[in-house]
Amino acid sequence: MSVESSNLRPAWMGRPRPAVSALKAATVVVILALIAVPFWLVFATSVSSDAKVNANGGWSLWPDELDFSAYTNVFKGGTIGHALWVSVLVTVLGTALSLASTTFLAYALSRPNVLAGKPILLAVLFTFLFPAGMIPSFLVVTDLHLFDHLAALFVPVMINVFNLVIMRGFFQGIPEELYEAARLDGAGDLRTLFRIVLPLSKAIIAVVGLYYAVGYWNDYFRAMLYTNGGSLNPLSTVLRGFVIAGNNPNAEAGVDITGIAPMKAISALVVIAIVPIAAAFPFLQRYFTKGVMTGAVKS
Amino acid sequence: MAATAAAAATSSAAKPRDRTRWARFRRDKVLLLMMLPGVLYFGVFQYAAQLGNIIAFKDYVPFVGIKDSAWVGFQQFSTLFADPDFWHAVRNTFELALIQLVFFFPVPLALAMFLFSLSRNWVRKLVVSFVYLPHFISWVVVVGLFVQVLGPSGMVNSFLTHDSHHVVVNVFRDPSWFKPMMLIELIWKDCGWGTIIFLAALYQVDDSLYEAASLDGAGWARRTWHVTLPSIRPVIVLLLILRVGDILSVGFDQVMQQRDTFTPAAAEVIDTYVYNHGVGSGQFSVAAVAGLLKGLVAMVLVIGANKVAHKLGEQGVYQ
Repeated sequence: MSVESSNLRPAWMGRPRPAVSALKAATVVVILALIAVPFWLVFATSVSSDAKVNANGGWSLWPDELDFSAYTNVFKGGTIGHALWVSVLVTVLGTALSLASTTFLAYALSRPNVLAGKPILLAVLFTFLFPAGMIPSFLVVTDLHLFDHLAALFVPVMINVFNLVIMRGFFQGIPEELYEAARLDGAGDLRTLFRIVLPLSKAIIAVVGLYYAVGYWNDYFRAMLYTNGGSLNPLSTVLRGFVIAGNNPNAEAGVDITGIAPMKAISALVVIAIVPIAAAFPFLQRYFTKGVMTGAVKS
Repeated sequence: MAATAAAAATSSAAKPRDRTRWARFRRDKVLLLMMLPGVLYFGVFQYAAQLGNIIAFKDYVPFVGIKDSAWVGFQQFSTLFADPDFWHAVRNTFELALIQLVFFFPVPLALAMFLFSLSRNWVRKLVVSFVYLPHFISWVVVVGLFVQVLGPSGMVNSFLTHDSHHVVVNVFRDPSWFKPMMLIELIWKDCGWGTIIFLAALYQVDDSLYEAASLDGAGWARRTWHVTLPSIRPVIVLLLILRVGDILSVGFDQVMQQRDTFTPAAAEVIDTYVYNHGVGSGQFSVAAVAGLLKGLVAMVLVIGANKVAHKLGEQGVYQ
């Protein structure tokens, strides 16, 4: 199951022909390039000189100089800084709330024989099959007077059924003897969760935490649907206005990015949006397969 | 749930069955408390929300409220069915769904088999860690990256024309490019991530099967056809069913980034229709009908796919 295994070619597999090996190597290079080049392109564009970016029509594959002025310029006027703050707030609060409520529910539903456990689990799984649609969700958010509140950006999507299922599957995989031992030591459910289960579940918490955090960080739709925009716009919504609509950032109300090439400013924003994800990625990499597999096996 | 258990508990003295329930309640009270936030969430944002679907049978006016809006029976259904834009969105959705199923679904499997065939450990690890990354980048950024690479003033166009003012073809404005671009973007973003389960399944294939096939003289192609694919068939079926359940959503998030540049005529799907008619222009009831029908059809598709899987002797998603 682990990706790390089998470095040696098994005996039954003959030595590949040189042509096949060369073709495989070429394929590997192409795959890596297809992924790396777009990322490199935005970074290079964001730090190249205005002259070079403008001469190319809005891109640069190789920076002629290292000019970080785009990164300071985009924060002029305050709109981007504020949007970044909203994004950080939603990501931190949302992930904390989602992780806590998902862990509690998954743990309770993973214990055998818990009162009402079966019907609750079925009710939860049914929402996977038939989730509330966009309009009913919108109506419930407005009815609860959550519309245009920060909470509307994370409370309506607090628990993801898929994340719940993979967490529950993971908890069920913990040997029953450990629960038994904790019970004999007089530990209650809360103590068992915090002292026994959670320390053994770092992998799944890391994976589910990443799924939630990335979801909140990347989300623009909740802000579009549940707020009037403005001061509740996260970075991704502002970014969307620039990138997708191809707007000149200068023209966007409240954003003052004078003095640099528009594509440089947009590239800098794209880099800012990617960096937190790319930074967290290497640390969580090794948990992915484990996290996804428990879900696939146990669901 | 805690409330119903407590209600049952008040009459606990009367019946022995209720007494055991009371005992269970007392035993599980901490667990029940842990469930409470989650149960409240699903109760309010899923089940209570579903009640909002009744506006499909009303003439919902936000100012008047759900309760006091007038009942109109199936009138909103007729309004929806009479709208050519809706049928256009339906056809677009099904075409995109079919394209994704036929041209996207096999790509992660092929990539997983390629990665699995790499005999050098460090190369495989390097590629695997690279191909997962795009999945975590938002659609806003992905479309942005594509525009910068393939757009009218992007890198590829400049290489082709040596001149940023002359455009060979603007693949982000030409409606006939909408579906191909949707597919290419999807492959770039998600085919790497899609390999994760296939790859894990490939590692579980019994090595002695390959060995035996090899001794019988089976080459690479025959080993793939007679050993690899049959061995991972349950996983393929499982993922296919899950895909079918999601199929009518055809990447709402992805479409939202490009619907307007490709023009709504080319890029409207059911979800964007619901958004634009409901929240966008206030025809909540008509939009609710469209959303409700989509949800029901998606549910029927999953149940149907699961049934077919059972008939073919596969495990499927649920029993």
